[in-house]
Amino acid sequence: MSEREAKAATALEMAGKQREISVSEFFLKNRHLLGFDTPAKALVTAVKEAVDNALDACEEAGLLPEIVVEVRGRFGRSRVTVEDNGPGIVESQISRIFGKLLYGSKFHKLSQSRGQQGMGISAAGMYGQLTVGKPLHIISRVEGEELASELYVSIDTAHNRPDLHKKKRVEWDCPHGTRVEMEMEGVNQTGPHSVEAYLKQTAIANAHVSITFRDAQGKEVVFRRSSERLPPRPKEIKPHPSGIELGRLIQMLNSTKCRSLLQFLVQEFSCVGRKTALEIIKRAGKPLSGHSYPTHIAHAQAGALHRAIQKTPVRAPRTDCIVSIGEAQLLEGLHKELPADFYTVTTRPAAAYRGNPFQVEVGIAFARPGQPEIAVDASGRMRNKKSKDVDAAQELIARKDEPVRILRFANRVPLLYQQSSCAITKSVIQTNWRAYGLHQSKGALPIAPMAILVHVASVWVPYTSESKEAIEPYPELVKEIKLGLQQCARRLAHYLQHELNLQREYDSRSYIEKYLPHIGLALQEILALSDDERDAAVTKLDDALHFSRTPQRSAS
Amino acid sequence: MKKASLNIPRSDRDEQTIKLIETIANQVRKAIESGKLPSIRMPVRSLDNVTYDQAAGYLELGKAERVRALTVNTARSFAQTLRLMATSRTMVESNDFATKREAYYISKNWGDCRFEEQAESDAIMDDIEAVASLHGLSRENLRFYPESHGGSVAGRLAIIDQNAKTGQLIEVDCANLGSGAYSIPRSAEHLRFRTDARFVLAIETGGMFQRLNNHRFWETANCIIVEMGGVPTRATRRFIRLLSDKHNLPVYCFVDCDPYGFTNIYRTLKAGSGNAAHVNRFLCVPRARFLGVTPQDIIDFRLQDATHPLAATDVKRAKDALQNDPFITAHPEWIAAIKQLLDMGVRAEQQALAKWGLNYVIDEYLPRKLADASRFLP
Repeated sequence: MSEREAKAATALEMAGKQREISVSEFFLKNRHLLGFDTPAKALVTAVKEAVDNALDACEEAGLLPEIVVEVRGRFGRSRVTVEDNGPGIVESQISRIFGKLLYGSKFHKLSQSRGQQGMGISAAGMYGQLTVGKPLHIISRVEGEELASELYVSIDTAHNRPDLHKKKRVEWDCPHGTRVEMEMEGVNQTGPHSVEAYLKQTAIANAHVSITFRDAQGKEVVFRRSSERLPPRPKEIKPHPSGIELGRLIQMLNSTKCRSLLQFLVQEFSCVGRKTALEIIKRAGKPLSGHSYPTHIAHAQAGALHRAIQKTPVRAPRTDCIVSIGEAQLLEGLHKELPADFYTVTTRPAAAYRGNPFQVEVGIAFARPGQPEIAVDASGRMRNKKSKDVDAAQELIARKDEPVRILRFANRVPLLYQQSSCAITKSVIQTNWRAYGLHQSKGALPIAPMAILVHVASVWVPYTSESKEAIEPYPELVKEIKLGLQQCARRLAHYLQHELNLQREYDSRSYIEKYLPHIGLALQEILALSDDERDAAVTKLDDALHFSRTPQRSAS
Repeated sequence: MKKASLNIPRSDRDEQTIKLIETIANQVRKAIESGKLPSIRMPVRSLDNVTYDQAAGYLELGKAERVRALTVNTARSFAQTLRLMATSRTMVESNDFATKREAYYISKNWGDCRFEEQAESDAIMDDIEAVASLHGLSRENLRFYPESHGGSVAGRLAIIDQNAKTGQLIEVDCANLGSGAYSIPRSAEHLRFRTDARFVLAIETGGMFQRLNNHRFWETANCIIVEMGGVPTRATRRFIRLLSDKHNLPVYCFVDCDPYGFTNIYRTLKAGSGNAAHVNRFLCVPRARFLGVTPQDIIDFRLQDATHPLAATDVKRAKDALQNDPFITAHPEWIAAIKQLLDMGVRAEQQALAKWGLNYVIDEYLPRKLADASRFLP
């Protein structure tokens, strides 16, 4: 036996090595799961987690968010500061919120919010701690307090608990709010995966948010709010029966405080009334009845009950637990941040996957950069409008011969990474864009100078991983997204056809116009007209041409 | 093109031509002045719109009209039509003319409007000609002359022409040209004739014409001979027509005995062609009769061993004529003759008569045929 090979271990020896793993340790070793795999991505993820938390806090407190993001840094190290005008955090909670993984307010309730797991911001702090060894620096003030609290917090990874370095009360010019500063290994790159692109997309989906961004070069970009109205607060809900899994049902039956099956169905589920509950029980058959004791069912007839629930038609999930962006606000956001020639948005009715209600919104911004646009004036004449200059650096809209850009959002948060594995991308690819006049190769994104925006709002968005970069392609989700895409695409096709007709008509007229002077010359030669008479005739002819063709403009 | 030749007074025809062009131009201008898009109406020239007028004896354009207006498809030809009409008017005024090829090159100065190929200018010219024909005006009146000259003429005929510069009369005696012949000009409108001939003999081939001329056949037969050289050109047809009309002369046609000779050469001379149906009324020679060589002649003059078998194209042409040619189907004699030819399965050339001696045609064939003109095919 060679010396290089380890000796076989005994069960006893093995037992000595077996011990608990803290969740912090686990994510420290698997930081890619939280989106901190490269320095460039880590920076964007850190900004995203901080901004998500800030927006959630402001909205929950009913305050119009005012966010300042600052990224400073060089030599691969960055300092990120995110400041909000939120309600602030009670001092005693600060260290746990920022210094403990899986600690938060949003995990245990079924309600639509940006954050979900209570892991993001502490993971960002942990990443900073790992790469540059600096703790998080937090300043927060609750309205009415005389001084703000300043804390330096890191994570004790072995025990997943906060490690408080310094704590004091300081002067702060903000009446209320929170400021998080973190230092980490991070690079602010440019392009579609930059901090700026992320903030711009946030501004598109959140017309009520104002964001100021200062980058390392001192450049300041302000995304101003276009709406003074906060979106309505989403309601907390019970699960919807459609698509609920057997295991979850058994767990619910076990833990319920209800003493009868009928009561259980009505109280623990949304959209189930007495009538529906009785229908479910009838379908489940004997020995189940409305009086059955839930805990007993959990062990014996849960399967039958589960099948009955699946078969019984139940009202669609309540939509008031979902807050969509809304067609008007979405349109406003697109107009504000994406210069384009044609916009259309649609908000689908709410649907459910696995009992979780969700709602899909789709928007399309179609631009013709560099391509002339045709204007028709009152006399029926057509002119080439000068095309608008599109800022090439900021283009979220694809160029003429490139695949479309997809702007993905989940609960108003832009998704920047893992585009190809996302339900939204798959839905775009599965949609037959050729039917709407665009080019598309099989199994690829369509080619067009446009951006497709898809927003999925849900009480529980099924992300493919904890880093929340892509949405799991559940069939129900894909179906709804496709329906939304088709609805927008129909309007786009209508617009494109109209544009095409205008272009054709313009070409026709330009062609005919070429020959008008010759008609003038011929008439002059035959009828011995003066030059003025000839020119007058040509002008009149030109008028007649445009006048006579005007009605044909809209005809296909 | 500008040429001082105004010392010759304009003919009535020229006045009519100018008036027609000005009328069309004025209509266009009036439409423009009233804020409407102008258009020009012209007859449809396609074969669908060609019918055979049995009473008049020629192929004629029907009533179908089309409108040339300022649409994408016709804007270009609309402008070209007007410009070509302007050119025509200027030529009438300065007493000049342009061949079809020259008209094509004139357009090269028209910028966007220019003709890319001569086929284009020919088509536009035919359109204008079709409009003019409705008013009794021919292409020659519009001053567009064909490229190819007419055939040759010899015989008992004096042609009175004039010097284009001075207007002085020139008389050409076709009986006094030796072994040569008079060449039919591109436009015969202005010619006048003096003759005591009894008929006109139109001959297909130059060789046969040469033989008849050299042996002065026209002197003994008291006639005028015309060489057609295959399908007669417009100039030739117009010349024969004018000659026949003005002096009330019958026209006899002497061509090969094959479907091409019947349906292309003879039919075109007598009833006109489908392609130029709009001008047939000026060009056809309804008085023409078919002297020979007829299928019956092959038997009567025992030419069977001087024939060639009918080629596939000949058979096709003959069958097509029996079915579709309105002139042939209107004449039972022709149906019988073509059927007879198809049954015999052979064709015979004019020169086949040389089997019986080089001058058999002068000494025997033509005198025997001419003795009974009533037996000629219609």
